[in-house]
Order: sequence, then C-alpha cells, then structure tokens
Amino acid sequence: MLWETVKLAMSSIRRNVLRSVLTLLGIVIGVGAVIAMVTLGNGASSKVQENLAKLGSNMLIVRPGQTTFGPGGSTDARSFDERDVAALKNDLSGIRGVAPTAQKQMKAVFGALNYDASVTGTNTDWFTVQDWVLEDGRVFSDSELRAGASVCVIGATITRELFAGQDPIGERLRIGNFSCEVIGRMAAKGQSAFGSDQDAIVVLPLRTYHRRIAGNTRIGAISISVTEAAAIPRVQRDAEDVLRERRRIMPGDEDDFTIRDLTQILATMASTTAILTGLLGAVAAVSLLVGGIGIMNIMLVSVTERTREIGIRLAIGALERQVLTQFLVEAVVLALFGGVLGIAIGLGLAAAGAAVMDVPFNADLKVIALAFAVSALIGVIFGFFPARRAARLDPIEALRRE
Amino acid sequence: MSGEAPLVSFTGVTRFYGEGGGLVRALAGVDLTINRGEFIAIMGPSGSGKSTAMNIIGCLDRPSSGSFTLLGVEVNHLSQDQRALLRRNFVGFVFQGFNLLNRTTAIENVELPLIYRGMGRRERRERAREALHRVGLQGREHHTPGELSGGQQQRVAIARAIVTDPLLLLADEPTGNLDSQRSLEIMELIARLNEERGITVVMVTHEPGMAGFAHRIIRFVDGRIASDEQRAAA
Ligand SMILES: Nc1ncnc2c1ncn2[C@@H]1O[C@H](COP(=O)(O)OP(=O)(O)OP(=O)(O)O)[C@@H](O)[C@H]1O
Ligand SMILES: [Mg+2]
Repeated sequence: MLWETVKLAMSSIRRNVLRSVLTLLGIVIGVGAVIAMVTLGNGASSKVQENLAKLGSNMLIVRPGQTTFGPGGSTDARSFDERDVAALKNDLSGIRGVAPTAQKQMKAVFGALNYDASVTGTNTDWFTVQDWVLEDGRVFSDSELRAGASVCVIGATITRELFAGQDPIGERLRIGNFSCEVIGRMAAKGQSAFGSDQDAIVVLPLRTYHRRIAGNTRIGAISISVTEAAAIPRVQRDAEDVLRERRRIMPGDEDDFTIRDLTQILATMASTTAILTGLLGAVAAVSLLVGGIGIMNIMLVSVTERTREIGIRLAIGALERQVLTQFLVEAVVLALFGGVLGIAIGLGLAAAGAAVMDVPFNADLKVIALAFAVSALIGVIFGFFPARRAARLDPIEALRRE
Repeated sequence: MSGEAPLVSFTGVTRFYGEGGGLVRALAGVDLTINRGEFIAIMGPSGSGKSTAMNIIGCLDRPSSGSFTLLGVEVNHLSQDQRALLRRNFVGFVFQGFNLLNRTTAIENVELPLIYRGMGRRERRERAREALHRVGLQGREHHTPGELSGGQQQRVAIARAIVTDPLLLLADEPTGNLDSQRSLEIMELIARLNEERGITVVMVTHEPGMAGFAHRIIRFVDGRIASDEQRAAA
C-alpha cells in the first residue's frame, strides 16, 4: 500500500517535472546552503582545531615589548634573562613547564647539503610545552644545559633534507662556524597556525645558543604551559605580577611585555566560524520556510486539479486516511526530492569552496541525514493541510467537477 | 446484519439542494424497498431525481430527511469513513460517464478498489484480470481509457464495479453513450451477473429497450415514485 502510494507520487511528480523543480527551488537552496555552510564550517573549524593542537595545549606566550601579534616582535624592548625564567618557574603554580626561547634563521649544513633552519635555544621544558614528540635519541641533560654543550635536537624537515634516509644521531651538524652533535630527532608537526614549517628546526641548549650563535643573553620569548585550561587567566595574572616585580614597573605604569593566550585567539577564530554558520543557518531556515510554502501551494493546486480523481477514489471506497496518506506521501516525496537535490548541490559547493579556501572537505553524515529528515518533515508539515483538504472532499461534489 | 432485513429500504426520503429561493427538491418523499437478487430499472425524465436516489443507495449521499437503510443499517448518521467502508464492501458503482482514472491502465483502474481493501499485489492482479476477462476485455489490460472505445471504457467501469464481488451493483445509465449493438452487449453482461452470480442490480436508463432486461421498473417523476411495476421474468 505504501509502496503503491510512493509510486503514485513519483508518477504525478514526473508528469510535472518543471513545475515540481521550480516549486522545490526554495528547499533546494535552503538545504544546499545549510549543507555547504556546515560542511565548509566543519572543515574550517577542524583546521582551527588542528592548529590549536599543533600549538601545544593551554599555552601562554610572553614577549618583551607591547608587540603586535606575530612572529618576531620588537627588539628595542628589554628582553628577558634566565633569572626571569627561573622566577616564573618558581613562583607560578599549576604549570607544566616554562620554556625560554631565542631564535634565529640560519643555514644548517651537513656534508654538501644545507637548509634554512630556525635555530632555537631553549631548555628541556620546551619539548613538553610545545608538545614535541621525540622520535629517536634523547633531549638535553641538565649538565649539558648548564655547561652549554655542543649538542642539538633536530626537526623532521632537517632530518629529511640533510640526512636523507641516513641516521642523524651522532652526526655533527654545522651552523655557521659552530658545530653540534645531533642527539635526538623529533617527529613531524607540520605547518604552524601561521603557515610556516615548524619542522625546519635545530634546537640547542639555551646557553649554547647564547654563547655560540647569538653572542648575547637575550631571550626572545617565554612559553608557559598551563596544566588546566581553567587556570589560564590566573596563571596569566600571576606571571604578569612576577615579571612586573622583576622588571620594577611602577604601579600604574604599563607593562613593557606582553602575555598572550594563543589558545584563546584560535578559540575566538573558531567561535567566529560558529557565528557565521549560525547566521547562514538562519538564512537557510527562511528559505526552507519559503520552500515549504511552495510545496503547500503546489499541493493545493494539485488537489484542485485532481478533484475528480479524488472523488473517484473516495467513491470506490478509499478512506479519508488513505487519501490523506496519498497526498502526504506525495508532498514528502516532493520535498525529499528537493532535499536530495539540495544535498548534492550543497556538497558540490562545499567541495569547491574547500578547495578554494584550502580547508579540509569534511562531509558530515549526521548533517546530511538531518537535512534529509528536515526535508521530509517540511513535506509532512506543509503537505498536511492540502492533503486534509483532499481527504475531506465530498465524493459527489468532487465527481460533479469536470 | 440480519438476513431478514431488505437490502435497501427508503422511508420518506427527501433530498434538497441549495437553500432559500434556489432550493431544489431532488427527492420529495420516497418509499422504496429492494430485496436481494432483484434486477431493477429506474426510469423517468431528466432531473426527476434518479441519480440522486442512486447516490443515496450507494452511500455516497445522505437524505435530507427520512430514513435510508442498507442491510438494515441506518446510513444517515454514519461518518464519511463508515460509509466508505459500506461502499467498499457491498456496493459496486458504475457511474454516469465512466469516471475512470485517465492516466492509469484498465487493469490498474480495476485494481483500485482492491488496493484500498489492502489486498496483496498478486491476488489483486489475478482478480482484476479475471474481472476484465468476464467483461470481455482480455488483451486490453494495459490500455489507458484514452486508448479504449466508449463501450470498452464502460466495460472497464463495470469490471471495476464487480471486481469486489459486491452484493449490489448500481449502474447509472450504463449504456447512455453507446450505440445499440454495444448497449445490448453491456445489458446482456449485466443480466448475466444478476442471473449467474445473484448480484442485485439497480440500473438507471432512459431506453425502454434496456429497461426490458429488468424484472422491475420504477418510474420517477419530480422526485417521487410515479409507478413501480413488477414484470414477469423475461
Ligand atoms: N449537487 C447538486 N446541487 C444542486 N442541485 C442538484 C445537485 N444534484 C442534483 N441536483 C438537482 O436535483 C435534481 C435531480 O437531479 P438528478 O441528478 O437526480 O436527476 P436525474 O433524474 O439523474 O437526471 P438525468 O436523467 O439528467 O441524469 C435536478 O434538478 C438537479 O439539478
Ligand atoms: Mg442522472
């Protein structure tokens, strides 16, 4: 019986393909917009998530000066020193680690090969704070840190570009006129949130960097990893207090350093995407409503056109419920037709958009199923009134109609 | 349903259409009893209330006043669905002007009442094929009404009316738009259904020749029964 009804609905839609498609435009656009936006939004936010993960969790970054955000930062401001790092480590609670960094772009050379690397001086906390995974070898020992030993840990890009297939552990890497023994290599992390290759890196003990590379004792930035996300604001305030005191900033004067919560910044980016998605969702809802009204309209026309047919069906013994079901199924099939069309178009747009915006294309099955269900629901809601009108027709009146 | 009750009983049945100045009295007090197995012809001038009476017997319409019972059941107070169930189970209707679904094939038209009864596809097909066979339309199962002649369409309409094995076959001018040869064929078919299957037949006709097949002739004039004569079996 239901299958008969579905077949009947199909054939009456086929009879009026153009009319049906025009009617469905509202639903097609609504569903298409939702699918495209949600799919793109998912892609964008999963990219943000990925970036968040790469950044290391719950991280605060302290830089000298009131810098604008971005790599580098101003150099004229007073930089930090090792005692600042020690003080932060001592005075802050609820932290996983405090890592000073000083950095310089230099050529790393091995044999006949060289590669532009970010040469970084830091301590062992840095590996934890930045969520690096050691793939082979070891990190610096305390004595190596204290003594400023000529040892280094290298990133995946350096391993690949300079040691191509060879085991780098124990080899000597040359940076300028300084050379260090490779004691560990790290797993790949990929691009940073800002698009640079994080794996083109050579890590040295901070003191080694200061003495052999920089020739000064400046620390460009301090990363602080907080154990729990909820504690970030408190740790941020405490760190500010510690540094203001150490740098003897008078109450009322501005900080001459900046503490940034990177997690926060990317979370804001993510929530912006969410707001955008919500906004477009509202637009889609309106066009679904318009689509629903279109379906109601076309079903009313159909009921009027087919009054005689309905009269015949009622006269030969169809129950109200059976006629109601027939027209309801027709409305649902119509709406689903629009929904499927919309899903296809939406996915197509999302795939194109994802390619253009360079975000992953994540088709979400749940959202597709939901769009399908919503289309059916629209069919039921907006098809009900016309279907009831058909079911309540008086058979004699209906038969008298030409 | 008691076997004692007459199949159809009218007591003081009236049917008005419209209201005020435009009031039309289609039936003006009709008393009538029809028993099982009868073959009745209803005659009378145009507008005398024949179709109105047929619609009431077929449970499509209800009297404005008076009592109408089918198989002893008072139909006046039944809901639309309850009347649909009576139609579905006991009545086969051949409408004035076939009232076939134009875009569906002959066999699908005949199947329709069975679909609404919830009969399975295979049994339905079988019975529809058999009904078409009985009206002499074998080989035309998959033609749409547009591809059939008037007489053939009329026979599809009859097949649709008898496919459910009704107690009562109502035919409103079944030969109205057919030539005399086709008309005779249809009448013979209907007479055979009455004789062989014991189906009660009530038929409206303008043609005395067709009425000659019936056992009882009722004449309507101005919404009343003017004469009701029993004929010796032909
Ligand atoms: N739905 C209706 N609304 C208004 N008037 C109606 C309606 N149906 C029938 N009538 C009127 O009731 C009267 C009886 O109509 P009915 O159809 O029963 O006549 P009939 O005897 O079948 O005529 P015919 O031989 O032309 O078919 C007519 O005057 C007709 O105009
Ligand atoms: Mg009539």
